Amino acid sequence: MIRAKNLVIEFPIYGVKSRSVKNTVMHAATGGVLASNAADRVVVRALDRVSFEWKDGERVALTGHNGSGKTTLLRAIAGVYEPAGGSIEARGRVASMLSITVGMDENATGYENILLRGAILGLRKREILALVDEICEFSELGDYIHMPMRTYSSGMTMRLMFAISTSIRTDIVLMDEWLSVGDDDFSEKAQKRLMALVDDAKILVIASHSKDIIRNICTRVVHLEHGRIVDAG
Amino acid sequence: MQRSNFNLAVSDIASGISSFHIWAALGWQEVMQRYRRSVLGPFWLTISTAIMVGLMGPLYAKLFQQDVLTYFAYLAVNLVLWQTIFQLVQDSCTAFIASEGYIKQMRLPLSIHVLRMLWKNLIILAHNFVVVILAIALMRPPLGLHLLLFPLAVFLFAANALWVGVLLGMACARFRDVTLMVTNLMTVAFFATPVLWKPQMLGRHEWAVNLNPFYHFLETLRAPLLGDPVNVVSWAAVGGITVTGYLVMLVFYSRFRARIAYWV
Repeated sequence: MIRAKNLVIEFPIYGVKSRSVKNTVMHAATGGVLASNAADRVVVRALDRVSFEWKDGERVALTGHNGSGKTTLLRAIAGVYEPAGGSIEARGRVASMLSITVGMDENATGYENILLRGAILGLRKREILALVDEICEFSELGDYIHMPMRTYSSGMTMRLMFAISTSIRTDIVLMDEWLSVGDDDFSEKAQKRLMALVDDAKILVIASHSKDIIRNICTRVVHLEHGRIVDAG
Repeated sequence: MQRSNFNLAVSDIASGISSFHIWAALGWQEVMQRYRRSVLGPFWLTISTAIMVGLMGPLYAKLFQQDVLTYFAYLAVNLVLWQTIFQLVQDSCTAFIASEGYIKQMRLPLSIHVLRMLWKNLIILAHNFVVVILAIALMRPPLGLHLLLFPLAVFLFAANALWVGVLLGMACARFRDVTLMVTNLMTVAFFATPVLWKPQMLGRHEWAVNLNPFYHFLETLRAPLLGDPVNVVSWAAVGGITVTGYLVMLVFYSRFRARIAYWV
């Protein structure tokens, strides 16, 4: 279950001194609502009194323009940003697939990267080791797994990172656009794997522009505009 | 509200420390990353320290009119320790900034990022310790029971590095100029701290070194290794700094921990 009550997320903008700049940006077509907080700092209100309650089993699509607050909301659910007001509560283990290449070391081998990424995700060594074989097999890297990742093609890198990120089962899955990797054959395999992950998760929250994804997977479409929920689905 | 912020800050530090498997892996990886594809790896630093000690030892022994062998060991231990202090302070400034990728993607106790850089520097210190052992083997200082205090000194040193790291990491994430300011200050601190010189050289102004916190950490770490008597003042100072430092850090961490993700 994910529940938000009057959730407010504000970004302080440093180095914006000029009032005129502020006023100019205030009328921009996209982005959050700009305001000055008590300390007269310029802040961007990325999420403005957002409330919702998503129950287990829901597949939520977040839609809206660039800068409407989709990614910020995903990060707030992941627990990255603490609210400036209101509250957000996500019950269960959260898998953040917002960037699957975080913490990757180009000079380390694929194998070492599996261990590293696993550690960052909070797994103990033996838990990671139990996943290694499956990850190697899925990513089809063969002996390349023992080569430094800088020797990989970008496709190979993505395959490996994808395989690692999708090897762990969690209650809540957060995604910024549906992940798709590799060429035709692999892509199909990857889609199956991602679907299996999503099926096992209690809640999926995905920011997406793709109508197909929204229609085929999601049970609820939440539309954001200027950091507010205009349509709760 | 204040109360719960305090609890959150404490639990961030506590769960950070207990996530050993995460920061140990990250810290180790950072050492590896820097030295991959080099044959000697982190020992390059050891060699450069050894060369520095080898060149500066005889020179400064002459300048300060000291017994070469004694001064040699003194300088070796001090330089190795100072390098660690210097690097720790530098890395503290980027502890959070450099971890932006992690901080903005997933929820981890933020203290993990400080512990990661602390662990990295302790690994490098362990490598550099070769120089210390060589110096001790050369000089053969009268080691005694005092040596037993060395692990405690290291522990207190690391504990202090944690609060300094959290505070500096926060300050530098918010005000980017702090990093530059700290670099300048540390260069000055090197000359103001008895690394090259000895407190006794100040003559009747010897007491002045007691005003320098770096001196007390150096002293508690160095004296056991060189068989010097226990410096009660320094141990008391280190104890006092540890307690005060943690209190100050917790006050600021309670207040600003939640802002770090917005600052980086």
